[in-house]
Amino acid sequence: MLYGYLPAVLEGLVTTLKVSALSLAIACVFGLVGAAARLSESRIARLLAGVYTTLIRGLPELVLMLMIFYGGQMGVNALSDRLGGGYVDIDPFVAGTATLGFIFGAYLTETFRGAILAIPKGQIEAGHAFGLTRLQVARRIVAPQMVRHAIPGFANNWLVMVKATALVSVIGLDDMMHRAGLASASTRQPFTFYAAIACIYLAVTTVSLLALHVLEKRFSLGVRRVDF
Amino acid sequence: MDAPPVDWSVIFGALPNFWRGLQITLMLLAISMSSGLLLSIPLGVLRVSPRRWVSGSVWFYTYVIRGTPLLVQLFMIYFGLAQFEAVRESVAWPLLKSAWFCAWLAFTLNTTAYTTEIVAGALRATPPGELEAARSLGMGTAAIYRRILLPGALRRALPQYGNEVVMMMHATALASTVSIVELTRVARDVYSDHLLPAEAFGTVAVFYFVLTFTLVGIFKLLEQRYLAHLRPKQPERKAG
Repeated sequence: MLYGYLPAVLEGLVTTLKVSALSLAIACVFGLVGAAARLSESRIARLLAGVYTTLIRGLPELVLMLMIFYGGQMGVNALSDRLGGGYVDIDPFVAGTATLGFIFGAYLTETFRGAILAIPKGQIEAGHAFGLTRLQVARRIVAPQMVRHAIPGFANNWLVMVKATALVSVIGLDDMMHRAGLASASTRQPFTFYAAIACIYLAVTTVSLLALHVLEKRFSLGVRRVDF
Repeated sequence: MDAPPVDWSVIFGALPNFWRGLQITLMLLAISMSSGLLLSIPLGVLRVSPRRWVSGSVWFYTYVIRGTPLLVQLFMIYFGLAQFEAVRESVAWPLLKSAWFCAWLAFTLNTTAYTTEIVAGALRATPPGELEAARSLGMGTAAIYRRILLPGALRRALPQYGNEVVMMMHATALASTVSIVELTRVARDVYSDHLLPAEAFGTVAVFYFVLTFTLVGIFKLLEQRYLAHLRPKQPERKAG
């Protein structure tokens, strides 16, 4: 199938999925810290988080990626020069994952912030009134409900991110997109290969949507809905 | 660690190129958004059609487009179509081999899918009373859409559509991968000429940033104008 390039393309899929999953984990960390900072009482934290989300969301992903990849390359080498090290080549996998995580962290910051704000304030106050510490309130009251409110936005960001991994091929990541490019070049059948990976992307997004639907049901147990 | 000094001469030298790139970016955005909007309104109406096969086929289109990366769609059109001899020998070939046409086609197909869903969502959010009132006045379907449903839905769609325009503006950066010299391509060329990432990508970031905020500002103004009736009443404040 696919002129014998199917295994190579599927290997690329593994890279795509790895980058997506790792970026998501990084984005969640940035998102949680960002949301905490945006809702914190410290003005500096609020300002920093605000600058982070505004700046990232105001720029195209591709530009951010090129900026962080080439800029980071230069920064790391300048640093290595000073420390007397040799030339460091940044791995596109590391750069791509870190960059995507950093970018989508900004989007998740807003998702998480909205999810936290959607929790009725009285519940948090009640928690404090019962003598729970801030950490206990966060863990027992905020976190479980926040997940439910965050799922739609989270799902959306995940889908956008899976698709954005295709951009990482531009900075040289050997992902599915890159593999399709190589296979097209040697077989002269670009449409076949790009159509094939389009189907694979579609399969990934479909499975993600189904999984997130199940997740949403699970976390919405016991929530009353309006019946129209 | 002290940062290397910014080489302003490189930035100033490249400014005319960035300026031309900005015009290309805006042109790409304008042609894609206008054709996208033109297609999305009828498709949005079909998407909420009670006939399952009609709404189903529109759904399938938006589902496929929204489920695949724009870069793949663009490459499928620009690099892919040449694979078929029928395409190479067709009358449309001079068009289909131009990067501009392919970028326009890919961007239009893409934004149409997203905008169709936005329009459909806004149509579904119509208060049922409006529709009932229009029907009880004896209006026909076409008149109801033209006078009642679409004016209301397009207003409601405005905030989301604003997001979509900003997203598409960012997406035009992908045109740099098919040899269109828009803003991102200019930055990439400046970078490969001078190997100065901060100067090249920092400058283009400023351009995109200003563009983003201009678009956001325009849509804020439009929302103020067209969604004024939805704003909560402000308590009247007396000066002093």
